[in-house]
Amino acid sequence: MNSMNSDETGLTALRPDILRFARLQLRDDALAEDVVQDTMIAAMSGIDNFAGRATLKTWVFSILKNKLVDALRTRDRSVNVSALGDEEADFDSMFDTLFKANGHWLPGHQPAVWGDPEEDLSRQQFWQVFDACLNYLPTNTGRVFAMRELLDLEVDEICRELDIASSNCYVILHRARHQLRACLEKTWFGEGEK
Amino acid sequence: MLTCKEATRLTSEAQDRDLAMMETLGLELHLMICSGCRRYREQMDFLHQACQHHPVRPAPDEKKSP
Repeated sequence: MNSMNSDETGLTALRPDILRFARLQLRDDALAEDVVQDTMIAAMSGIDNFAGRATLKTWVFSILKNKLVDALRTRDRSVNVSALGDEEADFDSMFDTLFKANGHWLPGHQPAVWGDPEEDLSRQQFWQVFDACLNYLPTNTGRVFAMRELLDLEVDEICRELDIASSNCYVILHRARHQLRACLEKTWFGEGEK
Repeated sequence: MLTCKEATRLTSEAQDRDLAMMETLGLELHLMICSGCRRYREQMDFLHQACQHHPVRPAPDEKKSP
């Protein structure tokens, strides 16, 4: 009775990863802590239903993802749709400086050669930079990006949750990828900075 | 002919929706002649891979037990 079974011990060990994932998605530490707490409680109380059909981590992440979608849906502070407009204006003025008037890359602004980036996926340092670049995205843009690429939602679902047009969603996602790419190039793939 | 600016947009959108045939054709033709946009696409693909392989996520091969 007083000893935790191995699944419960496993759950506790997963907490750091769960929290890091929730923070990347929500970009709000207090909200992330709440969601992780809810997830742990739901997982603990449902642990008898966890029948080993998936790994414990996969099972807990499926709970976490549902809790994150709920948080994004119900808390009006999660994605501020009106602030997306300001983030867009900032981006557009930056984006335009990369191209000549005819819409082609300005010399020196083309994407640089990155070598073999797949090798970096196994380096812990890379992920610190990657997370920093994700967090460097404008808040609301970053949340939409994480819904797509971390929660793996389809664009239709994101649009429905946030009540935005799909064309708008494509623009936001392009903006996010563009800025993430630029940040990684500057901080990780740039010459001589490793 | 597509501009680089349009090509970067379509490269991103291709990850989110099926492009129309003419969009795909225009993009592929552009990429044949533009090394900057080819790199852009490789790097966009890499970002997606990176998000899928983020170390906090369950590893893809963990998703099903044998």
